[in-house]
Amino acid sequence: MKELSLHILDLVQNSIAAEATLVELSIEEDFIKDLLTIDIVDNGKGMSKEFLQKVKDPFVTSRTTRRVGLGVPLMLAACKQCDGDLEISSELNVGTRLKAYFKHSHIDRVPLGNMVETMISLILCSTYTDYLYKHYIISKAAETFEFCFDTREVKQVLGDDIALSEPDVLNWIKDYITEGLSNIGGGV
Amino acid sequence: MKSIKELEEIRKKTLDTINIRRDRTGTRIVVGMATCGIAAGARPVLLTVMDEVKKNNLSDVAVAQTGCIGMCRLEPLVEVYRPGEDKVTYVKVTSAKALRIVNEHVMQGKIVDEYTIGAEDK
Ligand SMILES: Nc1ncnc2c1ncn2[C@@H]1O[C@H](COP(=O)(O)OP(=O)(O)OP(=O)(O)O)[C@@H](O)[C@H]1O
Ligand SMILES: [Mg+2]
Repeated sequence: MKELSLHILDLVQNSIAAEATLVELSIEEDFIKDLLTIDIVDNGKGMSKEFLQKVKDPFVTSRTTRRVGLGVPLMLAACKQCDGDLEISSELNVGTRLKAYFKHSHIDRVPLGNMVETMISLILCSTYTDYLYKHYIISKAAETFEFCFDTREVKQVLGDDIALSEPDVLNWIKDYITEGLSNIGGGV
Repeated sequence: MKSIKELEEIRKKTLDTINIRRDRTGTRIVVGMATCGIAAGARPVLLTVMDEVKKNNLSDVAVAQTGCIGMCRLEPLVEVYRPGEDKVTYVKVTSAKALRIVNEHVMQGKIVDEYTIGAEDK
């Protein structure tokens, strides 16, 4: 895929398919360690030990529409290509955690890309899922900058009558994330 | 700086208008968002559809997503369900095609034949 944010959109679809009610996404850009880490934690239905062992294999899927599952193998390939790796842990009925690493400056690393579009798409894809998105930048001077967006906070203000998918709300979210990310200088 | 305060105002404003549009006629636009769809460009298509629905105040139209429909080489796929009519499946959709689908099919009821799955198979 052309952007890591597209991989993120895709992998969180797995969490949505696993009926997660909360997905915690953390992106950390560490310029001291030259490391980009994408961490996705969900509270969905999880995978059994046996399934988990095979999940990086494209021929493993719970899909019925085709015989290969591509999301996880594609992310794994993207990591490996950039001196990184993908770790997956999971427990049935508890949830799943994916941790993807990349060498930040690696020449083959595709850009993080448009996280705003990814978050808006995710909200449109599943309004019953809550998302906690944290983005950290650790600068060469060892300063940490942090941005955080939590749909639960937004829902608290909006109450039960107004969905996150209301156009005006989505617009606000779009601006909020755009501004927050540009404040910390994240997303390259 | 965007503030939660603005969100309060949006809430009040939206609550005022929400009752007026309970008359949902129930048109649904569904975008395929599995890996095959996302890799082929479903994200901008989904956002274009949403923006166009918003721009035209189509408050009776719902935008949703679906997983893989099993036609990966034809992604991005968009399905339009208009009440009382057969489902129409559009294939290899781009943002430009999505604009026409919303403007012509969803708003005026005219199916954009050349983008449908039937046209692709010919
Ligand atoms: N977060 C998760 N929670 C529970 N199960 C998961 C999770 N992520 C992946 N899986 C399981 O692993 C399988 C493989 O995932 P993968 O994303 O590689 O392919 P897929 O989702 O089946 O198809 P595709 O991503 O190509 O549309 C899934 O079908 C699902 O059974
Ligand atoms: Mg998947």
